[in-house]
Amino acid sequence: MKFVDEFRNPELIAKTGEEIRRLADPARHYRIMEVCGGHTHAIYRFGLKDLLPSNVELIHGPGCPVCVLPMGRIDDGLSLAAQPNFIFAAFGDMMRVPGTHGSPLEYKARGMDVRIVYSPADALKLARSNPQKHVMFFAIGFETTAPSTALTILRASTEGLHNFSVFCNHVTIIPAIRAILDSPDMRLDGFVGPGHVSTVIGCRPYDWIAKDEGKPVVVSGFEPLDILQSIVMLLHQLRNGEAKVENQYKRVVPWEGNRAALRAMAEVFDLRPYFEWRGLGFISQSALKIRRSYAEWDSEQRFSVPGVRVTDPKAAQCGEVLKGVLKPAQCKLFGRECTPEQPVGALMVSSEGSCAAYYNYEHRKPVTIARAAAN
Amino acid sequence: MCLAIPGKIIELDAQNAHLAVVDVVGVRRRVDLGLLHDEPPMVGDWVLIHVGFAMSKISESDAVDQMRTLTMLGEAAAAMQEVRGYGLENEEPEAPSERWKQ
Repeated sequence: MKFVDEFRNPELIAKTGEEIRRLADPARHYRIMEVCGGHTHAIYRFGLKDLLPSNVELIHGPGCPVCVLPMGRIDDGLSLAAQPNFIFAAFGDMMRVPGTHGSPLEYKARGMDVRIVYSPADALKLARSNPQKHVMFFAIGFETTAPSTALTILRASTEGLHNFSVFCNHVTIIPAIRAILDSPDMRLDGFVGPGHVSTVIGCRPYDWIAKDEGKPVVVSGFEPLDILQSIVMLLHQLRNGEAKVENQYKRVVPWEGNRAALRAMAEVFDLRPYFEWRGLGFISQSALKIRRSYAEWDSEQRFSVPGVRVTDPKAAQCGEVLKGVLKPAQCKLFGRECTPEQPVGALMVSSEGSCAAYYNYEHRKPVTIARAAAN
Repeated sequence: MCLAIPGKIIELDAQNAHLAVVDVVGVRRRVDLGLLHDEPPMVGDWVLIHVGFAMSKISESDAVDQMRTLTMLGEAAAAMQEVRGYGLENEEPEAPSERWKQ
């Protein structure tokens, strides 16, 4: 029972599983979406689905920033970086994501100056130490990483550092949830709300989901017990016919969010009128662009961007998986042409992508807490 | 990138008020405190770090829990790699202490 020792409160986990079975009305089928890719990863890693009755189904949401980025944006970023004396800097998660003519890592192998950074501040540091070159930071992420990019641009502006710019692909989670709720082929009963995004935006932005759409939202932590408790809280609300926003992750998420982070974002970013999401198409006001007052640090305002639109490989069904219409293994390429070693679609690249999570854990059926707790 | 890494504030930078040295399981790196401007942490406080920026203050026990979660998710090594990468520093990273090893 090695795995049990690693987890806190295995008995409590088993009890919470029982509570879920008790609360779930056998006459109903519950479809609960976990919005955040971190939750998807945890659910597969811990085999939490095995603790749920068959009528409580978890649907994986769009909260994996690498996964929702359309290929055209990667191509655009890489085409800019083909200029002489240019450094393309991005997080490690981006490096193996395929563009039309290869991933950033493959471009590096062909001689382009591609660097992995762990923080936008490090991209700024690269610019300081390479004054003869231009450093472009390929920024991705939801509200968890957007404030750091904003603050980095503010620092570049204060320093007057001109050989640095950001190719901004930051997206916001609320419009994506709205797009999913508007989608006619999607029926959901409630949401496990993202933990770390909510550290920044707080819990208020989810109010409309409860008030206007009548669906409960529970912002959740990432431990097995956190996720199971959030499902209990959702089932309680559904049983009582309620729809409200609750915060299970109070130890980290303040109801009002992080005001300093929101201020930095508001200072530097503006909403794009629309932005393309892989699988979800164009969603209005769903992404951030850099304000004109910081144009000097915006790769798109500073350089000419081709604005490529690329359709995904036809056989890959990333879109359907991203929307929760298909399970990863139902995609024709899953586990054959598309694996974490040789990804065709972005969902197989990031550990938060549902395909990679499914491939690494579910597909191989490891011993998990859920099985250990259930025994 | 989406990892939230717990660290303890060891030293505030006298020259740059927005920088601090944090200790993450024995590895010390500089992180940016700018996003905690409204509630600046003190030496000894614990914070959650995202991409080199402290994003929230947490308790010590929550920091321990978060590191355990990362370990359970198989992300502890990636988190330590990320922390060592901050600042592109050349110094040799210290070995992580035994208790976090997977």
